[in-house]
Amino acid sequence: MLTETMSTAATIETKPQPPPAEKIKVKVDGKEVAVPKTTPDPVTGKPLPTSMIQACAAANVIVPHYCYHPKLPVAGSCRMCLVEFGTPAIGPDRKPIVNPDGTTKISRALRPVIACATPVSPGMEIYTNTPAVRLMREGVLEFLLINHPLDCPICDQAGECKLQEYSVDYGNSESRFVEAKVHKPKRVELGPRIVLDDERCILCSRCIRFTRDVAGDDALGFVNRGSHSTLTAYPGRAFDNNYTLNTVDICPVGALTSKDFRFRMRVWFLKETRSLCTSCATGCNIVIGSREDAIYRYEPRENDAVNSCWMCDHGRLNYKWIGREDRLVEVRKREAEGRGQASGSRSAAPTWSAVLGEISQKLKAAEPGSIAIVASARQTNEELHLLAKLAKRLGALTDSVPRIAAGDKLLLNADRNPNSTGARLTGIAADPMGSNLPAIAGGIRSGRIKTLIVFGEDATKCGIDADLLDKLELLIASDILPNATTRRAHYLLPGCAHAEKRGTFTNTKGRVQKFLKAVEPRGDARPEWEYLHELLVNVTSRDGIASIEGVFNEMAKEVPAFSGLTWATLGDTGISAKI
Amino acid sequence: MNESHTTEPIPNALLSQPDFAVPAALAAEADELITHYPVKRSASLMLLHAFQDHFGYISQQAVVWIAARLELAPINIYELVTFYPMFHQKPVGKCHLKICRTLSCALGGAYELHEHFCKKLGLDAKAHGPQTTGDGKYTVEFVECLAGCGTAPVMMCNDTFHEGVSLKKADEILKGRGQ
Repeated sequence: MLTETMSTAATIETKPQPPPAEKIKVKVDGKEVAVPKTTPDPVTGKPLPTSMIQACAAANVIVPHYCYHPKLPVAGSCRMCLVEFGTPAIGPDRKPIVNPDGTTKISRALRPVIACATPVSPGMEIYTNTPAVRLMREGVLEFLLINHPLDCPICDQAGECKLQEYSVDYGNSESRFVEAKVHKPKRVELGPRIVLDDERCILCSRCIRFTRDVAGDDALGFVNRGSHSTLTAYPGRAFDNNYTLNTVDICPVGALTSKDFRFRMRVWFLKETRSLCTSCATGCNIVIGSREDAIYRYEPRENDAVNSCWMCDHGRLNYKWIGREDRLVEVRKREAEGRGQASGSRSAAPTWSAVLGEISQKLKAAEPGSIAIVASARQTNEELHLLAKLAKRLGALTDSVPRIAAGDKLLLNADRNPNSTGARLTGIAADPMGSNLPAIAGGIRSGRIKTLIVFGEDATKCGIDADLLDKLELLIASDILPNATTRRAHYLLPGCAHAEKRGTFTNTKGRVQKFLKAVEPRGDARPEWEYLHELLVNVTSRDGIASIEGVFNEMAKEVPAFSGLTWATLGDTGISAKI
Repeated sequence: MNESHTTEPIPNALLSQPDFAVPAALAAEADELITHYPVKRSASLMLLHAFQDHFGYISQQAVVWIAARLELAPINIYELVTFYPMFHQKPVGKCHLKICRTLSCALGGAYELHEHFCKKLGLDAKAHGPQTTGDGKYTVEFVECLAGCGTAPVMMCNDTFHEGVSLKKADEILKGRGQ
């Protein structure tokens, strides 16, 4: 990340720095790398001796592994990460022996060790690619495959299976195992969202450690012994916390599958798009898996400043609304009561340009103070900024709608809006959010407010009742799904789900993160920032760059909290703004 | 896809014990055992032994009770019960014959001894796991090494250790237990 390009207003998120750790120099496959003597435990944060696999990762050498996961406590059960190593030979004088050519003499260890659970020591040399290491990997893999079904073509994990991948690298093309395989339970319902195929399980215990140590719900375990060892939840106790689907992500094989996703799409057909979860203010980084403009799944994307490698089930499964049949897909214009019905004629379908032109004229003609805007904290920073500029030009009273529900201690925030911070920073939301809504309702009631612009919210659910909406001279609504407000709108502008456009959100801690477009918008729907930009150009006769990059960079110049940010430097994991 | 037709609930390997009740003395023993260890969880095996001594086997209710007492999830205790064959998942006979079948005893005639007991008691010698007679008096079972390799074959009848068990000696043992 480019720290030096950042101004003081925006800095990369940094945790309080521990005292500089003592460094150890080791060699990985001949390449020297300096690693800290200790590394914090991923769960407790307690310093633990740096392991060989961490040193290898620092040297950009990937050691094949199943049970090791950088964010989980070490188990050391799969034996796939066996490596050879050597340490400096020590002479009788307790000093390292020096070779005639001046190099330190290395004494090779007689036995291999598992890289995930062996600490590094100064001068250690790790060999990850010797003939012996490759033979050991082949041996471990052959053992793992003894009882594993060899039916990859019908397995839902195919294409993203570590067993499959390493079999290509280290496996035999044919099994030498002629005896009967041990049979175990198939299609076990561990919980409401998880299905387990025990025959595919390689007993790595990643899921057990995740749910015990990260999710804090000690729900899974191994029963029976030896070849009959079986992963299970306690009978009658469903594996049902808000983080169960992460076990599907970290399962290296096809044992744990998501009920929602299994057998719905082969993974190699999925297009992967970097995006954000919109279900709460945490702003978990995700990857959207889509094919032919249909979304099939969300998966967490690693961002240590936000969500580590995890996301909650609530957010992960909250994508189906994007593909709902009743999505708003056309620009609509409702004639004033009576007129349209009396004439009995249907006018031609309104077009974006015609409607935006008409709205611009009406807004320009409106008397100052007669307009109010209800924005949504589900909109992007760019959209909220454009709305705030429009509001300033029109002298409009603005606010957005708080959305509070129960949160949890891990990732799920009580604030269920993805961009409450953005709404605050761009100035569209009142402080506290929602405190202007009664004033807007009162203004309509008294007749002072004649025009209401509602973006992405149902005004009738935040204190502006349907009969108040009917009093308005002009109601402009932009939304994705129909509601009581969109049905009453004089102008209805169909908007986009986040997966259908680009933009940025600011999470609850002030991290500005961008998301990219995964699927095409439905019908005539357009990204809100596009038509907001057009409206603003029409109403204020201003000029501006009609691109998301341009809008973002302009916003960064105008909103103090975002100063110094540019679309390009946000990168994939975002930057923390000073909030 | 409707998954409800394709998934199966998880069966419990243990029996349900509807009349399960922990007498005060057993609860006190459990609490005393827990004090032997720096971490409560370490007392798991000792509590399971105490419960097996009292009830004769480990039931679903016992697992839940022990787990709650040790502040653990039931799965942690359930894992142990299914791992160790020394914990009984159903009641065993009043006379529990445990015949060693590790190498020395296997060579010394453990299989013949096992078959002899099974024949005498009308049990299936080929069946897997502990076999109990219909009247609930006798259970015959193979176990692993009882540490008497020099005097193979060896066996235990409840807590009594028998060495060099010939078929004749086997009959005497049974006779001593009322057969």
